Amino acid sequence: MAQANIELQKIGAGGAPLTQKRESLWQDALRRLVRNRAAVLGGIIVFLLILMAISAPLIAVKSYETQVLTDENKAPEWVVALFPTMKSYVKISADYPLGADYVGRDIFSRIVYGARVSLTVAFIGPLISLIIGVIYGAVSGYFGGRVDNIMMRIVDVLYAFPSILFIILLMAFFRSTLTNLQPGTLAYALSQLDARMGGLLFIFIGIGMTSWQTMARLTRGQVLAAREKEYIEAARTIGAGNLRIMFRHILPNVVGPLVVAETLAIPSYISTEAFLSFIGLGVNPPTPSWGSMISDGATVIRSYPHQALFPALALAITMFAFNFLGDGLRDALDPRLRGTQ
Amino acid sequence: MGRYIIRRLIYIFVVVIFVSLITFGLMHAVPGGPFSREKALPKETIAILNARYHLDDPLWKQYTHYVYEVLVPHITTTPPTTSLMDDYLISVNLGPTWFRWMNFGPSYRSRSRTVNDIFRDNLPVSAQLGTMALVIAILIGMPLGIMAALKQNTIFDYLGMAISIFGVSVPAIVLGPILVWLFGVALQWFPVTGWGAKPPYLLGLLPTNFGWDYFKYAIMPSVALGLGSSAVIARLTRASLLQTVREDYIRTARAKGLTERMVILGHALKNSLIPVVTILGPLFAALVTGTFVTETIFGIPGMGRYFITSITNRDYPVIMGTILLYAVLLVFANLAVDIVYAYLDPRIRYD
Repeated sequence: MAQANIELQKIGAGGAPLTQKRESLWQDALRRLVRNRAAVLGGIIVFLLILMAISAPLIAVKSYETQVLTDENKAPEWVVALFPTMKSYVKISADYPLGADYVGRDIFSRIVYGARVSLTVAFIGPLISLIIGVIYGAVSGYFGGRVDNIMMRIVDVLYAFPSILFIILLMAFFRSTLTNLQPGTLAYALSQLDARMGGLLFIFIGIGMTSWQTMARLTRGQVLAAREKEYIEAARTIGAGNLRIMFRHILPNVVGPLVVAETLAIPSYISTEAFLSFIGLGVNPPTPSWGSMISDGATVIRSYPHQALFPALALAITMFAFNFLGDGLRDALDPRLRGTQ
Repeated sequence: MGRYIIRRLIYIFVVVIFVSLITFGLMHAVPGGPFSREKALPKETIAILNARYHLDDPLWKQYTHYVYEVLVPHITTTPPTTSLMDDYLISVNLGPTWFRWMNFGPSYRSRSRTVNDIFRDNLPVSAQLGTMALVIAILIGMPLGIMAALKQNTIFDYLGMAISIFGVSVPAIVLGPILVWLFGVALQWFPVTGWGAKPPYLLGLLPTNFGWDYFKYAIMPSVALGLGSSAVIARLTRASLLQTVREDYIRTARAKGLTERMVILGHALKNSLIPVVTILGPLFAALVTGTFVTETIFGIPGMGRYFITSITNRDYPVIMGTILLYAVLLVFANLAVDIVYAYLDPRIRYD
């Protein structure tokens, strides 16, 4: 991989005609990304998943929440062929493409709708962590000195928090405030919004609050380095204020590595949500999440293994796709590998 | 080095105090108390319980009392009693006096156990899981990375990196059910439920009953937990070794006629492992907190199960004790990694 890229550079440097148009960072990055087959595959899968999540009502004809108790644990023919141990006791039904779960809900529909939860977390989670982390880190790095010292010590303390314990504590906190609140307060409005979103809002807040520290450290380091550059001094001489320098001059120059770091972290957001739903602190039932489906299926894994394995497969494919895409983006955006013309 | 360590220890102390403050604040901000039930207890009962556990005191008093009980060693002449309020993790008889330290308090929910009891019974289980996962991560990750680097751009390299992508893409929550079904239900190689580590434990942590029974329950959970980390190790080892074999001193070693085996084993490998050590800190953290996830998935009687139920039960001492224990583990692991790093790489000086 590394060698291939070096060769690419040589051709770019030596073989390119002098009249060639200069490529912007993003054009260059896109060219690299497209040459990376694994990343393209990942991108295609992610695209298909998004398509599936958006058009879920068209794909999943059956309701994901209607319980047909008489159909509980029914499975189609091919699933029984896949897991022959089920043959002696399972009720066969062709109505459900992937079978029905323990209360007779269509597993296929639940997996299709479950993609909505995982994908929303995959895109909103990094965004929240990026916003909090970048603002925090930029302020810390830009002002430096005592402000920087105090702000970074706070980050250190939060680092010592075992994050999975912290997020469990936060989620329990949010979930319990939900029950007894006075109408008219901000907390009440938030909990109403959360209920409407099927529990996703508090997942976002929980994930956001526990994941921005790395972003803040990265931003701070980048800002500290950028602060000393001549163009900042130039901006200052023509009278640009703190905010303008920060948002117009420093941040655009440091955002690349941050985006790469967040893309690489997407799989961990997805698995955090799945775990929270697995232990019952994630999305509210009956909203389907792959994590809660795995949890339901795990209890009957001896008799109906497919009920846990299908959502697990969906989760694994999604994580694969995002990992490939993230790796590809990192290789494409790494400034050290950028074209030299 | 000594001064550096002392400075770090002071720093660790401050960090842990802050962690305890945040946890304490958050915990008490949650509405409801340990004794609120669906079917409310009689007022008198709650009053008695609150008085016994000092829950009527102002919060600062509760906090300082907790810190005092945990942090300050007690030297008394009274022998330990069986009272739940009087259970110290370290309790040594020094002739007429007793040295007693670290009382994490009683568990509000399970009336007959203290937080220290939970540590004694369940920590060795989590420790076994974490250690075995670490061993598996290193045993799979390092050879995979070395093989991929030495045979760069061959089928071995691609295979190794494919396995490592698989490792990071398949979290314990996915791998767990797959392993249970494949090796537990279909092939029946390993038992699906139960746990091998049983008391008595050496120093409260180490097992005394080694044998297949001790390991067989832990293999699937450890693989589920360790595979992700093994992928991280493999990638880092590969990258680092690839960089090292291009160094001048490796060329020198080859030029003076050393066999390839000697070049790799004697020169390249040792130096390329230095960067790998740096991630042992975060890796350890991932494994330690990962035990929580794995324990809930496999139903292992470790610390994880107690933590989740203790939160829903508002079992304050259990929440505090668990978070503090893990925070202390994390900060000391990072310190240990920094010290080992300085020892391995003489160019690093902390003073």
